[in-house]
Amino acid sequence: MKSGSALTWRLIPNRYRLIGSHCETCKENFFPTRPVCPSCRRKGKMVEKKFKGEGKIYSFTTVQVPPEGFELEAPYVLAIVELSEGPRVTAQVVDCSENDLGFGTPVEMVFRKIQEEGKEGLIHYGFKFKIKK
Amino acid sequence: MLVASFECSETSKLQNSKLFKVFCLVGIVGFGACVPKYRIKAGEIASVWGEDARRIEDGLGILEKSVPALDEDAATLAVEASRNALVYSGISAKEIGAVFVGSESHPYAVKPTATIVAEAIGAAPNLTAADLEFACKAGTAGIQCCMGMVASKMIKYGLAIGSDTSQGKPSDALEYSASAGAGAFIIGSDKESVAVIEDTFSFTTDTPDFWRRPEAEFPSHGGRFTGKPAYFKHVTSAAKGLLEKTGTAPKDFDYVVFHQPNGKFPRMVAKMLGFEEAKLSPGLVTPVIGNTYSGATMIGLAAVLDEAQPGARIFVTSFGSGAGSDAFVINVTDGIVEKRKKGVKTVKEYIEDKHYLSYALYVKHRRKLKSL
Repeated sequence: MKSGSALTWRLIPNRYRLIGSHCETCKENFFPTRPVCPSCRRKGKMVEKKFKGEGKIYSFTTVQVPPEGFELEAPYVLAIVELSEGPRVTAQVVDCSENDLGFGTPVEMVFRKIQEEGKEGLIHYGFKFKIKK
Repeated sequence: MLVASFECSETSKLQNSKLFKVFCLVGIVGFGACVPKYRIKAGEIASVWGEDARRIEDGLGILEKSVPALDEDAATLAVEASRNALVYSGISAKEIGAVFVGSESHPYAVKPTATIVAEAIGAAPNLTAADLEFACKAGTAGIQCCMGMVASKMIKYGLAIGSDTSQGKPSDALEYSASAGAGAFIIGSDKESVAVIEDTFSFTTDTPDFWRRPEAEFPSHGGRFTGKPAYFKHVTSAAKGLLEKTGTAPKDFDYVVFHQPNGKFPRMVAKMLGFEEAKLSPGLVTPVIGNTYSGATMIGLAAVLDEAQPGARIFVTSFGSGAGSDAFVINVTDGIVEKRKKGVKTVKEYIEDKHYLSYALYVKHRRKLKSL
């Protein structure tokens, strides 16, 4: 996660607003952004697409042994969320434990802090999910 | 200038008021709140410090307070409240011409929270944005900034947010109240507003009742000095100034919202000014979520707007230590009925969605251990 200012800045549309891609040729949606459609190749016409941020749990687990920077949050739930527009994204599911989740549980995007680069570095924000009530 | 206006003659005041109404009618186009899910009971904190829980609850009028999740800060709370306000308003984020975020817990000392919010809600880049700081009243100061910009037609809509994850020194009285939450208000023309802001009045002095130096982790305060010369003087002065300016009396209002650093002060000031307790209760949320600082008056007003019917009149007065108060007269319009149907999460729903923490987990959440 630790990265330079330029990479952090470049990923802001993806992380803050779930901006991905849509191929106008085959109508398929992609997240994160893709410059070229893997199906249509040069015949594809890619445009920007903002995903609604609604989806359902495709799979989930609890991270007990976290990577560097996530020690304080463990144990936390990590899930593959299938967005209502199709693509699957991997993200934390907040304010719950895995006992609250099942396959197909509806979730919605929330904006949270993902990681801080120590006390003096950048704070990285982005999408996570919570159970939709 | 504001004091001069307060002291001007009855005739000129009426003229000023009429001019204001003709040229400056603006209102609330949408609003939203955000309160973290986690809570700690006042009794749990009291048990750690050997205090009598009942005495604390009765003395401060606080039963429990909100605690931010480990990944929440003033920016994330502001974004959630703003997204709620956008859905409520039904406007496009691209139409917002100004974003002001009031907080005393901005995540960065240098780098605006307002840019993070503007980007996250999709309002950037064609807008102005700035962070404000005035202890607990930075949010209502943002509303006034937006009012001026909308009224002068500099912008079509302005977004004013009050958001905080406030800190209290362990065992200090503030530890029972300092909590987290945000309120966001989209200000626009009165014609499309769910509530018209009829008028506003501010009262400001240099009063050292509460402060935090740049390197200090926790704020300091003047103890009992935070009461009479600070909270009560400024709230009553701003409130009386606006009542006089608008030619109204407490009996003319259906609801009243005061800044709520605890559950006791707003009740006392309501009594001093002649507002009945029943008009205060719907917007008094501190007893169950604590003092959300810049979010406090904003969330209180949002709670009132969640239930107020068309035609209701609301009197609002914020307070920020240091010190100042902003007062508003707000009239609810017919438009609120339709926009309420959008099902945006209400303050009551945020309050009821909760999970209690032990003091040990609270210490972890607020990173009060030296190693965190």
